Amino acid sequence: MGKGWCLFFLFWPVAAVVSCAMAPMVGWSFPYDNAQAASNLGIRIDGLFYLILFVTAVVFVGTQAVLVYALWRGSSNRDERATCTHGNHKLELIWSIIPGVILLFLALYQMNLWADFRIKKFFPEAAVKAPIAEVTARQFEWRFRYPAIGKKLQPKPQADDLYSVNELHVPFGKPVMIQLRSEDVQHSFFLPALRIKQDALPGLQIPVWFEANKEGVYDLVCAELCGWGHYKMKAHVIVESEADYQNYLKNLTQQQFYDGLGKIAANENDSESEATEK
Amino acid sequence: MSVVHPSPTGLQPILKPQAHHAPGNFFTKYIFSTDHKIIAIQFLFTTLLMLIVGGALALAVRWQLAFPWESMPIVGPWLFSAEAGQISPEFYTMLFTMHATVMIFLVIIPILAGTFGNLLIPLMIGADDMAFPKLNMLSYWFIWPAIICFGMSFAYAGGPAAGWTAYPVLADLPQAAPGSGTAQTLWLLGVTFVGFSSMMGSINYMTTIINMRAPGMTFFRLPLTIWGLFITAILQAFALPVLTAGGFMQVTDRLLGTCFFYPSGLIINNADPTIGGGQPLLWQHLFWFYSHPAVYIMLLPVMGMISDMLSCMVRKPIFGYRPMIFSMSAIASLGFIVWGHHMFTSGMNPAVGMAFMVATMMIALPSAVKTFNWTATVWGGKVEFNTVTLNCIGFLSMFVVGGLSGIFMAAIPVDVYFHDTYFIVAHFHYVLFGATLFGVFAGIHFWFPKMFGRMMNEKLGKTHFLLTFIGANGTFFPMHFLGMQGMPRRYADPYLHGYLEHLLPMNQFMTISAILMGSAQILLFINIFYSMFFGPKAGRNPWNATTLEWTAPSPPPHGNFDEPPIVFHGPNEYAVHNGDKDFLMQTEKECEPPKPSDTEPENKDNDNQETSS
Ligand code: HEM
Ligand SMILES: [Cu+2]
Ligand SMILES: [Cu+2]
Repeated sequence: MGKGWCLFFLFWPVAAVVSCAMAPMVGWSFPYDNAQAASNLGIRIDGLFYLILFVTAVVFVGTQAVLVYALWRGSSNRDERATCTHGNHKLELIWSIIPGVILLFLALYQMNLWADFRIKKFFPEAAVKAPIAEVTARQFEWRFRYPAIGKKLQPKPQADDLYSVNELHVPFGKPVMIQLRSEDVQHSFFLPALRIKQDALPGLQIPVWFEANKEGVYDLVCAELCGWGHYKMKAHVIVESEADYQNYLKNLTQQQFYDGLGKIAANENDSESEATEK
Repeated sequence: MSVVHPSPTGLQPILKPQAHHAPGNFFTKYIFSTDHKIIAIQFLFTTLLMLIVGGALALAVRWQLAFPWESMPIVGPWLFSAEAGQISPEFYTMLFTMHATVMIFLVIIPILAGTFGNLLIPLMIGADDMAFPKLNMLSYWFIWPAIICFGMSFAYAGGPAAGWTAYPVLADLPQAAPGSGTAQTLWLLGVTFVGFSSMMGSINYMTTIINMRAPGMTFFRLPLTIWGLFITAILQAFALPVLTAGGFMQVTDRLLGTCFFYPSGLIINNADPTIGGGQPLLWQHLFWFYSHPAVYIMLLPVMGMISDMLSCMVRKPIFGYRPMIFSMSAIASLGFIVWGHHMFTSGMNPAVGMAFMVATMMIALPSAVKTFNWTATVWGGKVEFNTVTLNCIGFLSMFVVGGLSGIFMAAIPVDVYFHDTYFIVAHFHYVLFGATLFGVFAGIHFWFPKMFGRMMNEKLGKTHFLLTFIGANGTFFPMHFLGMQGMPRRYADPYLHGYLEHLLPMNQFMTISAILMGSAQILLFINIFYSMFFGPKAGRNPWNATTLEWTAPSPPPHGNFDEPPIVFHGPNEYAVHNGDKDFLMQTEKECEPPKPSDTEPENKDNDNQETSS
């Protein structure tokens, strides 16, 4: 019976390795059918992920194999006594130093990536100078405020700002930055396709930059529990060419300042959300 | 049984054999008992009861994820008649909040410290009881106000709905959401009561271990179980006050309007936007300063127990006794400086994130060392696959998965993607369910004869293990894939979002596994209650184990030992030549000199070093 149990314990690591190896083929890996990340930084993050996956897979297979082998041998051990040993300093040193070095390497290796990702000093200058929108999370929707065409985003809402709800348009191929805030409780700006996540903290304004590298419509969800409607903070980020993006802003301006008589009523102070249907 | 020499080598028993006045009536003997073994049993039954409650809540959560908005069979219409049997999204948030709360605060922490701590500390160090028996009794009784608070918040106030982490502003402002009203205040009160209970326990454990060890029981002769419990008690004593203070601040925020965690300018359900001046991040720091060490509080005792059980089951001394202690200490001390890894996406200064990342990477190292040591303990052993062994191996294999997934999340850029997705849920269930609960199951089977004087049923035990292990892997492994695909946690209906639509079948598979796993626990309960009364009688030392508790009668009487034990060497002397036995109890002095052929020369000096200390 002991051997049966050994096989039982062997089965699980094998199943784990097989299902992980299968995952990219059956669409269990990154979202949008394992599409590559839609941002250059995201691609680097995926690279780090695969590196760690490789390291952990080797460790996992190794330790499980040794464990099952030791059990197998132990279950047929008919000796009077087990091997008597209290330890082995050499072995102990080896298996402290090797993982230590690997872990330290992993720690240092990712520092650059993290700095480029989050530390403001390393943000692309163009993006920092002209944030394209302010993103405000609230129970349970996403609101976006763009500056008027040709103007810069101001910290305080302006009369000619453009607004939309649950639909953020960004141009691809260049770094962009948003200012993230929350109007009520804590939320989190999660854009799986771009591997971006940042909590929106009430009382703070947090800059987030990204550079989408291909066109598409991506889901934007909330990743921090924000109340009973947490699951339904459903929005989209539309990544399009610079021309389409400018077009979109033009349309938005027209819709928002349309006075009903076929003229564009500039400086009308109707902020909030009539701008887009939905 | 071994004979204790009255005064060998000049060691004097500190414990005078006392006249233990027989406990009085039923009431003082079984209800308000100050006997650590009875308190342990009280903790055991209470936490097992809570395990059923927490499990039922988990199954309700899983039901919603597999069959969203469909009425639960049988219980649905009865529980939620207002919504035609549906689980409403408000109710869903309360379900997972209470599931986590019950499992963490009322199952895992009290079953480890309360049950095993109480049962094993005096017995394993050779004391007649805890240092403060009355305090010990109180630490059990403080669980009940907590249960009542949690129960009331659920039954009368609609249930707390801010997650077990209770992040402000959602948890801080009574108007923030349904369920952040009175229910949340009651929840905080409940957590505080659990805190009192743990605090009394940990003070008691520290004092007992430091002061009441039997003669000869030096620190480096303590069983690793005791080391695990000792380090846990220290962690608890230093980290818990921070949570208590934070909880108190939240209570005053809610009741007195202090605004520690509430910034100005928010517009929530007509709350006054002019009040404020606080900072929600502050709560996260306070909370994780306790709750990160707490995840080790939920694991270190098991690490100790597994070391002792595994070494007994494979009939070998634990591999690297001292490195095991050092790695536990390293985990505990590093555990205090890694809380920030729960906050990589929180808006905390990203430069600080790097420091937390390096510390987190380093905490993986002692965990790895322990895994290697356990494996090396099995290597060359004599393995008999009984229920205890199986659960120990179950612990080992689940712990490896949980530890390795920790490395992904320690890498900050990768964690940004995984944070608050099901990958995290997979990670901590592998550690908390997979590792801790299998350790607990092993512990229950192993020490059951000491608790009740009878053995548990092997067939039932093995079936229970088999089904639980299959169910646990079926439930928790696919969570890694859900996380990969970006499914956030705490979603009542993830399928609302286009990129998650196709995940329904996977979730259904997991729910079916969870139901299997849940039902398997019935076997455990049958086994416990049947064996308590009808199991075969156990002698003093049914496992041929070496530590002190096995020299006492099963179950030990009030006062524990026939005579105060005296200790001569370290805790896991297996694979020795001791007449016809292969083990040497801690109270046994003599042992045949080993035949030269049996000890490899390389290990010889290690042997001496370990045993002579
Ligand atoms: C040893 C026992 C361990 C236990 C009991 C444990 C438990 C937990 C729990 C309960 C959480 C989630 C808390 C929540 O957000 O609700 C968590 C998160 C985390 N764990 Fe562990 N863990 C353990 C080991 C490790 C190891 C060895 C590492 C690192 C190598 C690690 C790294 C992390 C990280 C980075 C997070 C935060 C992830 C995030 O929220 O984004 N853990 N752990
Ligand atoms: Cu939200
Ligand atoms: Cu949310």
